[in-house]
Amino acid sequence: MREISREEAKRVAELARLALSEEEAEKMARTLNQILRYVEKLNELDTEEVPPTSHVLGITNVMRADEVRPSWPIEEVLKNAPDKEERQFKVPAIMGE
Amino acid sequence: MALFDKRLQEIQQDLHNGEYKVADLVEESLRRIEEVDGEIHAFLSVNRQVMAETERLQERLDKKEERGLLFGLPAGIKDNIVTKGFKTTCASRLLENYDPIYDATVTVKLKQADALILGKLNMDEFAMGSSTENSAFQKTRNPWNLDYVPGGSSGGSAAAVAAGEVYFALGSDTGGSIRQPASFCGVVGLKPTYGLVSRFGLVAFASSLDQIGPLTKNVEDAAYVLQVIAGHDPQDSTSAKVEIPDYLSALTGEIRGLKVGLPKEYLGEGIDHEVRQRVYEAVKVLEGLGAEVMEVRLPHTEYAVATYYILASSEASSNLARFDGVRYGVRVEGENLIDMYKKTRSAGFGDEVKRRIMLGTYSLSSGYYDAYYLKAQKVRTLIKRDFEEAFQKVDVIVSPTAPTTAFPIGEKVDDPLTMYLNDILTIPVNLAGIPAVSVPAGFHSNGLPVGLQIMGKPFAEATILNAAYAYEQHTDHHLKRPAFERGVRS
Repeated sequence: MREISREEAKRVAELARLALSEEEAEKMARTLNQILRYVEKLNELDTEEVPPTSHVLGITNVMRADEVRPSWPIEEVLKNAPDKEERQFKVPAIMGE
Repeated sequence: MALFDKRLQEIQQDLHNGEYKVADLVEESLRRIEEVDGEIHAFLSVNRQVMAETERLQERLDKKEERGLLFGLPAGIKDNIVTKGFKTTCASRLLENYDPIYDATVTVKLKQADALILGKLNMDEFAMGSSTENSAFQKTRNPWNLDYVPGGSSGGSAAAVAAGEVYFALGSDTGGSIRQPASFCGVVGLKPTYGLVSRFGLVAFASSLDQIGPLTKNVEDAAYVLQVIAGHDPQDSTSAKVEIPDYLSALTGEIRGLKVGLPKEYLGEGIDHEVRQRVYEAVKVLEGLGAEVMEVRLPHTEYAVATYYILASSEASSNLARFDGVRYGVRVEGENLIDMYKKTRSAGFGDEVKRRIMLGTYSLSSGYYDAYYLKAQKVRTLIKRDFEEAFQKVDVIVSPTAPTTAFPIGEKVDDPLTMYLNDILTIPVNLAGIPAVSVPAGFHSNGLPVGLQIMGKPFAEATILNAAYAYEQHTDHHLKRPAFERGVRS
């Protein structure tokens, strides 16, 4: 098994939008390697001919009628937002650098 | 007999006969919470508006108006099931201020059945854990011994029922999170078939595995609550369109000729010998009632935990992407948008949640998807097939619910893999999507409860509940209550 390094743990954290300190990255790499070593046991099984199960009920897409329906009142939707302005969620500037 | 010790159906009859008032039920619960929750720490919030609702229900009772199945019964709800009007935190700092604007379908159904929602119950953060030590707010304690965990992640729900704080509770079960705490706390916990109970309004952990179910004092009460919460919901695209039987009339206690499978893989190494002994004793009871017991094989059991942690973590990494500090929850300001996301998520999530997000992100990332995620999906098929083959021969399968009784607080919290292995007997059920119930099966010499797990075919809740009921009618384990008093540890 390829071991996850501290640098790789930091790369994965970046993908997951988490910030890890050097110490946290070290600890995370250690526990993830421990878990992945255990997960290696799945390779004892030959699954070449086995189809994957993504859903136990074997259901297919459910489409509802494409109709205009009332939505939540905007004040309610914004009620829990940490920051808002007028009728919108407010976030730090995305463009401009 | 204390009000709490009565069956839910019995309480309905007593209310009808005017033997007591709705307020008496609520007052008993509130008194009990006041007495014991300072020790148990099962509640994250108590609904103080409940007395006003009590008066409204009493008026309806006095006028002899129609009543719902759970009329006037104080219930607790795990804090990952949304409740309009009071906070739903998932026991996470990230959602500590979240006040939902809608009710989960199960919350609506409880209200329609006239239950009274007394409060929200503690859990492992975002339902990730097997001990309720991963809550950001408090550690729930096991009412049978306050130095031990109640199990997880529905530990608050199980402990609240065991300690007599609520008449019943709802939990959620992704890898055993209803059954394992039920086993540790000596109550009944039912994980229904995937799709039987709507997940609309359940904050998703692993969407292909999560299922809501009841925790109760006895099997009849579990059937009673299931009757209310089961059924198709157009708001949940994974909800199954199946006819809901009358679960209560299915409880005949007659199991003559029932074929009971005993899987060798669930009774071997790693299972505490006294736990195994209690299960063999339970099997004898079932045999004495005319059940036919035979050995079955579930050969891929040893791969279930590895499969589960890849799949559940992958789904979690995707589901928890929504917690970014934009639309709800707590925000930590950053220099730019990405920095804000990272700071918010890093401050808001606890260690276990971060670990699973990392594991899931890694498993789904380019170059590793086939080796981990796809491989686990294929092994899931093998585990599901094991059950399909076993159920060709038997009607139900029995096993211990957990390999051991509850463990001491702090024992496994720094050792995630050992903690994960505690769920080895419950996880395969979620991977296969089948129903299973945990019922009290006696005690270990350490004084802690042991749980018996009864698994069934998809949508065969009536069969497993009847087998559990038959067992319960011939034992008295479910009648035992933890004997602790305020400030005194048993």
